[in-house]
This record gives sequence, C-alpha cells and structure tokens, in this order.
Amino acid sequence: MLSRVANAVYWMSRYLERADNVARFIHVNIHLMLDLGLEHDNGRWAPLVAASGDDEDFRRRYDDHNEKNVLHFLTFDEENPNSILSCIHRARENARTVREILSSDLWMAINDVHHLTQKQARRRKIGDLQDFYLSIRRAGYVFTGLLEDTMTHGEAWHFADLGRMLERADKTARILDVKYFLLLPSLEYFDSPYDAVEWSAVLKSVSAFEMYLKQHHTINYKNVADFLIFHPSFPRSILRCTHQAARSLHSIVAATASDTDIEQSMSTLRSFLADATIESVLNHGMHEFIDTFQTHSNTLDRDISQTFFA
Amino acid sequence: MHFSQYHTDGFYDELFLSDGQPRPEAAPLIAQINALSSKDLRRRQRAAELAMFQQGITFSVYGDRQGHEKIIPFDILPRIITGQTWAVLERGLKQRILALNTFIHDIYHDQNILRDGVIPRELVLSSACYLPACQGLTPPKNTWAHIAGIDLVRDEQGMFYVLEDNVRCPSGISYVLENRTMQKRTFPRAFEAMRVRPVSNYPNQLYQMLRRLSSEADPTVVVLTPGMYNSAYFEHAFLAQQMGVFLAEGADLTVSGGYVWLKTTRGLKKVDVIYRRIDDIFLDPVAFRPDSLLGVAGLMDCYRRGTVALANAPGTGVADDKAIYAYVPAMIRYYLGEEAIIPNVPTYLCSDDAQRQYVLDNLETLVVKAVNLSGGYGMLIGPKSTAEERNTFAEAIRTNPRDYIAQPTLSLSRAPTLTPEGIEGRHVDFRPYVLSSDEVFVLPGGLTRVALVKGSLVVNSSQGGGSKDTWILED
Repeated sequence: MLSRVANAVYWMSRYLERADNVARFIHVNIHLMLDLGLEHDNGRWAPLVAASGDDEDFRRRYDDHNEKNVLHFLTFDEENPNSILSCIHRARENARTVREILSSDLWMAINDVHHLTQKQARRRKIGDLQDFYLSIRRAGYVFTGLLEDTMTHGEAWHFADLGRMLERADKTARILDVKYFLLLPSLEYFDSPYDAVEWSAVLKSVSAFEMYLKQHHTINYKNVADFLIFHPSFPRSILRCTHQAARSLHSIVAATASDTDIEQSMSTLRSFLADATIESVLNHGMHEFIDTFQTHSNTLDRDISQTFFA
Repeated sequence: MHFSQYHTDGFYDELFLSDGQPRPEAAPLIAQINALSSKDLRRRQRAAELAMFQQGITFSVYGDRQGHEKIIPFDILPRIITGQTWAVLERGLKQRILALNTFIHDIYHDQNILRDGVIPRELVLSSACYLPACQGLTPPKNTWAHIAGIDLVRDEQGMFYVLEDNVRCPSGISYVLENRTMQKRTFPRAFEAMRVRPVSNYPNQLYQMLRRLSSEADPTVVVLTPGMYNSAYFEHAFLAQQMGVFLAEGADLTVSGGYVWLKTTRGLKKVDVIYRRIDDIFLDPVAFRPDSLLGVAGLMDCYRRGTVALANAPGTGVADDKAIYAYVPAMIRYYLGEEAIIPNVPTYLCSDDAQRQYVLDNLETLVVKAVNLSGGYGMLIGPKSTAEERNTFAEAIRTNPRDYIAQPTLSLSRAPTLTPEGIEGRHVDFRPYVLSSDEVFVLPGGLTRVALVKGSLVVNSSQGGGSKDTWILED
C-alpha cells in the first residue's frame, strides 16, 4: 500500500482511540466526583488535564482548573490538538484521504461520529454531556467492530491495529500514572475506602472493573496495577496491547519485507515489560516505570514513521 | 394530488405532455407519487438527503475551519428518457466522440483539417488547451479523449442539442451512481415497474477501458487526484474505491529510469495507467508549470516513451475549447462524411469581426461564455444581466475576442421538481458519459442537473444547481 495511506490509516486509528480514551477519563471522573461528594472541588479536575499531557497548553489559555474549563478544553477546544473534537476531526480527515481503501460502512461510522461531535460542539453549552461521552465510547466499539468485520485483515488493517494498540497502551499507562502519582495525597490514604472508590473509577474508565472483580474480588491498589499493566489477556492491559501491537507490526514487516531494525525497538519495549513484575514496579516507583515505558513507546512510534511513512 | 396544480407553463416538460397529462412513459411514476401524501413525499426527500450527508457525499463550505459541509442538492423526482430517444442520442454521442478523437489526432499529426481550411488554423493553434509538446505523439489505442461528458440541452420543441463537449476531466459520474442508489430506495415500486437500464456497471467499464491502455497482462492502474481539498475529491476516491485501484496524489508518485513509480510500504511499484483528474498544465512541473505541486516531475517524459498511459491524453483539451466546439458539425462532415445526429447550438465566435459585432449588438438576448472555463464561471446570461455586467463583458470581448463565444438564450426544457412551494417545473440539462478506446461505450444514464432557483437557467452546483437521477428505459 502507499506510504501516505499507511500513515493516514495508522493515525486515523490512533486519533479515534485517543478520543475514546479522553471520553472515558472524563465520564469516569464525573462519576467519581459524584461518588466522593466533591463536585465542587476544582482540584479534582486538574489530573484529567495532566493525564492528557497538555497541562502547559491549558495553563497558557485558561485561568483555573474548574469543571467548565477542563471539560471544554478536553472536549470541544479546537486549539487543543488532543481534545475529542480535534481527535475526531483529524481521524476523519485522515479517513477522508484514504476514503477508497476503507469499507463504506467504516467510513460512514467515522463520518457519523464526526457530525455528532460537530453538532454537540455548536451547541456551545457544557450541560449534561454524559450521553455524548457514552456515544463517543460506543463509536469506538463500532469502529473496532467494523474494522474487524468489514475489512480484509491485510496491511491496512494491521496499520490500524498497530496505531490503536499503541495508543491504548499509552492511555492505560497515563491513567495509572495520574492516579498513582498525582492523586496520591499521603501514604495513609492507601487502601482507605476513598482509595478503593478511586481505584474502582480507574478500572471503570478502561472497562476493567467487572473483569478485575472476577479475579480479585476486592479492590487493592497492587492488584489493580498488576491487572492493568500485566494482565496477559485483558484487552486494555499494557502488556496485552503491546503484544497485539507486536503481532501486527510483525505481519507488516513480513508483508513489506522491511528491514528488521524496526522490530528491534518493539523487542526493547517488550523485554522491558517482560523483565518487570508488579513488585519491582512498586519498589522502583510507578511513575518511573510508566515514564520509561512511554519513552520506549515513543521511540517505537518514531521508528514506525521513519520505516513506513517516510 | 401533487400534480393537480402542476403547470408546464409552455415549456417542454420532461414528464408531462401538457397540464394534467403525463407522458405515457412517466405515467407509472406520476401515479405512485400522486398516491403519496405530501408529508410522505417530503419525508422521502429528507431521508435521501440525510443518507447522502451520512455517506459524506458533500463539499466543504469555504471559510469554515472545522468543516461545515453541504450536500449537492438531490431532487427525488427522476427524469425519464425513452429507449427510442436514447437510441438516437447514443448514436449521436458515438459519432461525435469518434469525430473529436479523430480531430485531436489530426491536430497533433498532419493537420489535414487545417490545411483543407475546414477550421481556421489560427483558431486551433491559439487555443490555450493546444499543447505543442504533444505534436507527433500517438497515445495507446490511438485514443485521446477516453472519458468524455457531453452536455446536452433540450429546447421548447424537445429537440436535443449539444451545448458543450467536456473532454478534459469531466466530473459528476459519482453522482449518477449515488443518485441511482438513492432513487431505488426512494421509489422502489415505480423503479421496478419501469424497466430502467442499470448504470452500476460504469466503474467496471472504466476499469476495463483503462487497463486495455497498457500492454501489461496485469497493469497497475491509479487515479491521480489533486487531493482532498479539491471539490471533486469525493468522486476521485469513489472511483478508485469502486475500481479497487490506488488513489494517488502527485507526491505518492515518482519518476525514475524512464518509468513512473508508486511509493508504497513495500518500496516502489511500477505504474502503467494513470486516470488523472488534474489538468494538463499541472501534470508535470518539468514539462509545463514549474510551480505545480500537484503533478509528478518527469511524467511527460515517461508518457512520451510510452512507459505509462494517461487518460485522458494530454492535449485533449483542444477539442474542449468552446470556440472550436462551433466546428464540430464540420468535423463530423469532414472526417466521417455524415451530418451531426445531435446538432450544435448556434454559436457566434467573437474572434470573427462580423459575428463579434452581432454579439456586441445583442448582449441582452445572448448567453456569452469564456471559451476555456467551465462550471458556470465566466458566463453572461443576457436576459438576466445588468447593464453593468454587460459593459464588463463587452469590454472583455473587445480586449480578448478569441476568449469568448455567444449563443442564443435557449428556452431549456423543464422537469417536475420538489420545491418548498410544492412540485414545480425547473430547467434541466443532461450530461451523458462516453468511454472510448478500441470500442466506444455510452453509459445508459447520465447526470441531469437542475436549476433549483425558480426561473433560473444555471444548473451548476456552484451556483445553486442540484441533480436528479436519469432513467433511460428499455425499449
């Protein structure tokens, strides 16, 4: 396939996954605020901006981290490249440039969520957006399902899968990092009832709550972190996403007969995960672990660009 | 009774013989529509529009950064052409395209038609679309205009005329196919009852025609687009998708060792046939406009060597010049020894002194057109113009007479159209599509464009036009 097309498919998929994740974070945070009776505590909205990695941009353009500002920034702010609106817009622009290789059903689904987002944004009122966030999540499932069922699992599919899995691993890592690093008030807070509520929220944000309970029955930060990082088959665990990304990358390399340097950066990322355990992660610090993971992940993304899209 | 208040107002009507009297071929359709409530009819109209919007069959509204988009209005009332009428049109179109291809070839080789004085040499060689760089070239299958869209109109007697020959990159075929899909959902019963000839085979016909331009057993065919900001991008993507071929932008292609290559994730892949949807002068910055970012440097050199086929062939535009159009009936006589089956609209050439004077004296009743513009741009409709507009055109005609032609304002036929005021007659034209290589294929269908504004004669989508499905009936 064309390098330009591979690039567009990869980013279309990443942006849709990103929009989905932003919607998840916001939706869960709204519930968390309600559970904790903290609807008016602005401090509770700041971590969401931090999780997106765009706090610097936010501070430049907004005066404080209140609910209205944060929701606008993350949802409809055209100037924020990672807002839901921007992600959906860019996903659709990418889809449009490769309109001819997508199935019509898939294209219509992307087009649909684009129009939905535009319509919401024009209302310019941050009222009750919960339904909207749910629709974005649903659009994510529809996209995944259509990709799975209406497209040949060939090169384009693998590029889409690769983008989606790398983005998802990154977002699961970020939400863990935010919870662990930024929300942690003091050591005594660990395993308190409030802590359990917050960890439940983290699990819910990645649709892992029920699956986690089947295995561990009660909320415990160590088990939660273990589940979200190392679970071998939960679809949003970092390990599982990385493995799936590796599989798609391998198929692409095999199909394109590319040199195998690109797989070297993937190996680095995978060994890093293989060598770690939940004990080592907690001993050396969750934030440091996530940080290193993201560095490896960024290197991989850069190598993918240079190898296939240049 | 939707049609009880319908008036033909003395125009030739595509579906009615006279008020209250449907043409026999349209009767089943009229009956079905009359059986619907107004509410139901409008609901069907809205459903069709919504479906087009959802499918992204849209164009962007300029000045809106994050994409306010509109659909090109689609009218759910189809236009009907009988098998008998179509048979004549089909023969006329084949005749015309054959003469045009022969003409282009002649112009780039022996120029017999110029030597014999049938067309003034100066008129042809001064055409902005005449490319001296193509002199002596013979494209594959000796065909220049592989894909043509011939604009036809009908006068108050119902007589068909050729209004324009579009042999550069005619667009609109995607609407023909999408309108049909929509139409089948809108009036399934009438559609079924009327034995409408199918159009869905077009992409396959196009693909077969394109691949025959290469001698390779399994040639690589690409559609070359200026990119997603082009107003016809939807169509480029649509055709590539329907043919299952690559959609490439200029930057996706590169020239090396006398061949054109696609940049793919698996390295370079040789390209054999390019269905290009960019104009001649943007094709190759080395051969034509150095500032073109849309084309591929060295493409023309490959074309000359015969390593890649281009459809349509560069230089074809010389037959698309509206001043040369006036001589097409003469070409048909000269090359084929026949009279034109579909006549031209009488045309005055402003490059001719006497004709120019006539045009200048009668601007109020004529339609003036710039010879190399399309899409309804550079046009003056005399009866609807202001004195100021006429002055501007008179000035332009005196300065560059070669650039203008004029035609009488035709009383275009009308077709019933769903408007906010109910069903009313609106003026229409018709663009059938012709594919040529060693054989000629005329798609039994085409794009009917409709001027949605009451009384307007301008059907272009950029100026308030919409489209209708066109039903060509089996005999």
